[in-house]
Amino acid sequence: MPDAIPITQARASGRDGDTTGIVGEARGLVYAAGGKRLIDGIDVAFRDATRTIVLGPNGAGKSLLLRLMHGLLAPSAGEVRWQGRPLDDRGRREQAMVFQRPVLLRRSVAANIRFALRLHGRADNAEIERVLDEVGLADLAGQPARLLSGGEQQRLTLARALATNPRVLFLDEPTASLDPASTKAIEAIVQRAHARGTKVIFVTHDLGQARRLADDVLFLNRGRVTEHTPAERFFDRPSSAAAAAYLDDHLIRR
Amino acid sequence: MQDFAQAFGLAFGLVFAADPDLLEIILLSLRVSLTAVLIACIVGLPVGTLVAMGRFRGRTAVIIVMNALMGLPPVVVGLLIYLLLSNAGPLGWLRLLYTPEAMIVAQAVLIAPIVAALSREVIEQFHNEYAEQFRSLSVPRHTAAGALLWDARYSLLTVALAGFGRAVAEVGAVIIVGGNIDHLTRVMTTAIALETSKGDLALALALGIVLLTIALSVNAAVMALRLTAARYAYA
Repeated sequence: MPDAIPITQARASGRDGDTTGIVGEARGLVYAAGGKRLIDGIDVAFRDATRTIVLGPNGAGKSLLLRLMHGLLAPSAGEVRWQGRPLDDRGRREQAMVFQRPVLLRRSVAANIRFALRLHGRADNAEIERVLDEVGLADLAGQPARLLSGGEQQRLTLARALATNPRVLFLDEPTASLDPASTKAIEAIVQRAHARGTKVIFVTHDLGQARRLADDVLFLNRGRVTEHTPAERFFDRPSSAAAAAYLDDHLIRR
Repeated sequence: MQDFAQAFGLAFGLVFAADPDLLEIILLSLRVSLTAVLIACIVGLPVGTLVAMGRFRGRTAVIIVMNALMGLPPVVVGLLIYLLLSNAGPLGWLRLLYTPEAMIVAQAVLIAPIVAALSREVIEQFHNEYAEQFRSLSVPRHTAAGALLWDARYSLLTVALAGFGRAVAEVGAVIIVGGNIDHLTRVMTTAIALETSKGDLALALALGIVLLTIALSVNAAVMALRLTAARYAYA
């Protein structure tokens, strides 16, 4: 299990974060809107190929942090670096994100995968079939994507995200509105991606899911990182009062 | 009353006998309006897409102007095109005045703002839904624009049909730039106006019946497209 990573260590890793296993980091990250600092000076470093679960109460800034790390939003101050470089379009192509609400093109299941693969210059039918087979949707390849069930739609967005073998996969509460069977299917796909070496950064409110998936937990409260520790330590002995209160509220502490 | 009945009888007779004069007028009307729709789409769809996807200074003002231009009075458009195309006008050398081409230009000018403004609304809805996902996938702008246009195709077809409905039914612009010349620039609406003033109600009514049928067909097509889109969850 990884230890909490001081930001200074990440800086010391130089341009190529691989030497210390740091793949991405944020320094002094601030995001302000409507006169409020919604992300209030976050320093964090992410180890490569691990599963980081982001926890925190509503309004803590979890989804915002994901969007800032993925470059969907520009920070008001501070910077985001992946593999030692600021994130540009090329860098973002090595990442993928799955949103809470599936966003699918008004096309067939296969056409949704083809669209993503084409952006990477690969869109042959065998590849599309392989990608759909991986998430158990090969039989539905010709169906209109938006007529799938909620669970199938989310599996499709995950398949689309993983179709291009991203180095980093962001997931923003992807199972929030799914039944247990669909949630299990999504988790299994995420686990397989992780096993292939994909860095996973996963926002959830489901503490059972966090326990099942987490290598390390990043706990946010009011736009700040309260703690970033190995999962086991977080669930056994949270060091911050905010995290302890959050776990108590969810009645899952051992 | 008897005159009316007689006129209706003659009108249906003309329609069912496929009277050559009637057919000529109908076909010219369709040619002019369909070509105008095509031109309006070629100009209006890119403009609508650019404004829908763009975030630039003065965007709100542009949208207000686009929306306002939807209500352009046909006679004003006709007058402006007339001034442009008349011998003394800057485009007089094209010698287009009183030709079907002048009518096409006038109708295209009339409905291009409709296509642009309505397609902007449609595309913006799709853009708002897709934008974050497209950014996540690093979709280039031209690819994103193409994807938006393709995914919105059913809604955009209804926009084009709305433009066609407006074009085929207007009389003010085409009568000014076309002149309602028999066998050359006489279309359904101008013919109805003329024949009514001459008292030839049969031909006017026959054309009116055809025009109404076209209007009904266009609306039925719009409804059918919407239902198809909903059935396949493309809406």
